[in-house]
Amino acid sequence: MTQLPDIISRLADVDYIADDTIATALQLAIDLRRPLLLEGEAGVGKTEIAKALAAILDTKLIRLQCYEGLDASAAIYEWNYQRQLLSIKASETFAGGAKEIEDHIFSKDFLLERPLLQAISQDKAPVLLIDEIDRADMEFEAYLLEILSEFQVTVPELGTIQATSIPHVILTSNGTRELSDALRRRCLYSYIDFPTMERELEILLARMPNIEHEFAAQVARFVQALRKENLEKIPGVAETLDWAAALVGLNTQSLDGDLIQIQSTLICLLKTEADVKSITPEVTSRLAGEAA
Amino acid sequence: MAYATDTITSKNLSADRPLMTRMVGFVDHLRLNGFVVSPAETRSALATMTHTKGHTEADRQRLKTLLSSCREEWDSFDDLFEAYWFARGKERQTRHASESIVRKTPKLPRAWQNHLDEQDSSSSKHAPQIEEEGHVQTDGKASGRLMASDKAALEKTDFRQFVNPAEIAESEALAYRLARAIRYRQSRRYRLASKGGKLDLRRTIRTNLHHGGEPIDLAFKTKPDRPVRIIVMLDVSGSMKHYSRFFLQFIKGLVGQWAQTDAYLFHTKLIRVTDTLRDKNPMKAMTRLSLMADGFGGGTRIGDCLGVFNDHYAKKAINSRSVIMIFSDGYDVGPPEKMTTELERLKKRVKRLVWLNPLLGWKNYEPVTAAMDAAMPYIDHFAAANTLEALAAIESDLRQL
Repeated sequence: MTQLPDIISRLADVDYIADDTIATALQLAIDLRRPLLLEGEAGVGKTEIAKALAAILDTKLIRLQCYEGLDASAAIYEWNYQRQLLSIKASETFAGGAKEIEDHIFSKDFLLERPLLQAISQDKAPVLLIDEIDRADMEFEAYLLEILSEFQVTVPELGTIQATSIPHVILTSNGTRELSDALRRRCLYSYIDFPTMERELEILLARMPNIEHEFAAQVARFVQALRKENLEKIPGVAETLDWAAALVGLNTQSLDGDLIQIQSTLICLLKTEADVKSITPEVTSRLAGEAA
Repeated sequence: MAYATDTITSKNLSADRPLMTRMVGFVDHLRLNGFVVSPAETRSALATMTHTKGHTEADRQRLKTLLSSCREEWDSFDDLFEAYWFARGKERQTRHASESIVRKTPKLPRAWQNHLDEQDSSSSKHAPQIEEEGHVQTDGKASGRLMASDKAALEKTDFRQFVNPAEIAESEALAYRLARAIRYRQSRRYRLASKGGKLDLRRTIRTNLHHGGEPIDLAFKTKPDRPVRIIVMLDVSGSMKHYSRFFLQFIKGLVGQWAQTDAYLFHTKLIRVTDTLRDKNPMKAMTRLSLMADGFGGGTRIGDCLGVFNDHYAKKAINSRSVIMIFSDGYDVGPPEKMTTELERLKKRVKRLVWLNPLLGWKNYEPVTAAMDAAMPYIDHFAAANTLEALAAIESDLRQL
């Protein structure tokens, strides 16, 4: 069994700065082989966790992006109709009955594997990321439940396909819809919050090797303070990185410098009209003054 | 109850108690505080505890991940953990504190009596008798598409006049049927169609196998209309009390019939009641509703309530095909400007805003309140809602989406 500090340092090796909460959740998910449901605001790095997990386990990341109307043929499997039709045409000359044709064209060769089926038929257990599950509908959750509890897929024409390896499943949700209790019960749960000042600084330093330590700290403090303002869309970690990159690109040395430049780069952090309006140069100057 | 006399909190940490008993006690403690924990999870919890002996912080993290399953549980876990294992912080509800877990017989709580007149008490009093023509035969067609027209007479009866249980049941049934009529169009996946749409290759290939696979009989599929999400907000202030019961039945019908319904009550506060209304036992539902809606009967603060909705629920509740239905008479004690601002915010998010006003059905009623005036520019459909017929009419409005 891996130890907690160990998993944190392994995550750090792949440039993912985890706190104890995330590390515990990942470790439990690995140990218990249960799906992990991550909830939290957009931009706290839920998807990144799955990528980091795949990196430290040195395995494939299979991603299923959910959307409204996602159905089995897009998520689990689909028959390759073009090949089936071609094969039917090609076999016209043979004297085969309907039964032979049927057995032939509904065999594994003609099956297109979609992410969920792919994930359970790998030799080495992959990381299966089911991203934004709240965007998919209730019907899809039902498919998912079968796969997550039994790790098998039933194809009417072929029978039941058993998993060759149990994937590490990570589900993410932004909370745009309540998930069913059945799904929640199946999963471990972790709520990911915006990073603390210290962690955000570490992330900045890890992801941007050429940033000055003091300037990174200023950026982190500024964003932390900005999140406390009354915003419609709170900037996430990715936005912080964008903004830091923009400032470094413009050769900004310190946040108490050119206020106009800082104000104009705020478009990296503020993503709605109302937010842009509410963070006036005065507010920026106050926040920058506090951060610098 | 063996636990009842035991002071769990003081003995939790004494070493003579095996871990298992304490863990079972902890799970019990969580369950009392609203967690749903299965025996299998208790087992997992024990298993994970034995790995990290003695390291409390790690234990807490692990149990938190394992045993909580939503944001609320996640947030309250730490307190509960502290309270149980260290007898610190908030006590919350533990076994010994809850000896009085005696289930009370559900009875219509006082807070609701004005609104949901219990049938026997109200039948004798102030409700006028229903006219003779109200009792037309009620064997409408079972199509469920919409109410049969021979019901018109009954439907035209003002809701205030619903008096006896049979009529209330009838109104509930009609609400169910209306909900079902709207729901009829609910489906978002491809489904088999006789023609048009896309070719359903899977079905085509399968059905043509007996032709040697030559696609002769084609099967089609089409994407049916997408479902509408309905958000209902019911004004339960004093001025609406004659109508509250009926609307509540209607909303209950909607919530029961249509997966994508979200229901809220408001007066001076806004309360989400969707989950409560899903409860199969109507008495239990009403009891819980009353607990949620303490202290109403006074004025309505529509603007504030809409503000709460916009701030806390809108993101979750609204998608691009949402209809919001507000049942209110528009008597608002808050400032009209507040309501205007909030309605404007709301209107940006929803596809269609329907305001159903029971007073509109009265002769000579003009929306004279300041609030109603302020709201008018943002309302797509302003209709009377004092008869079932008026409610039925909004189906066509939903269809336009």
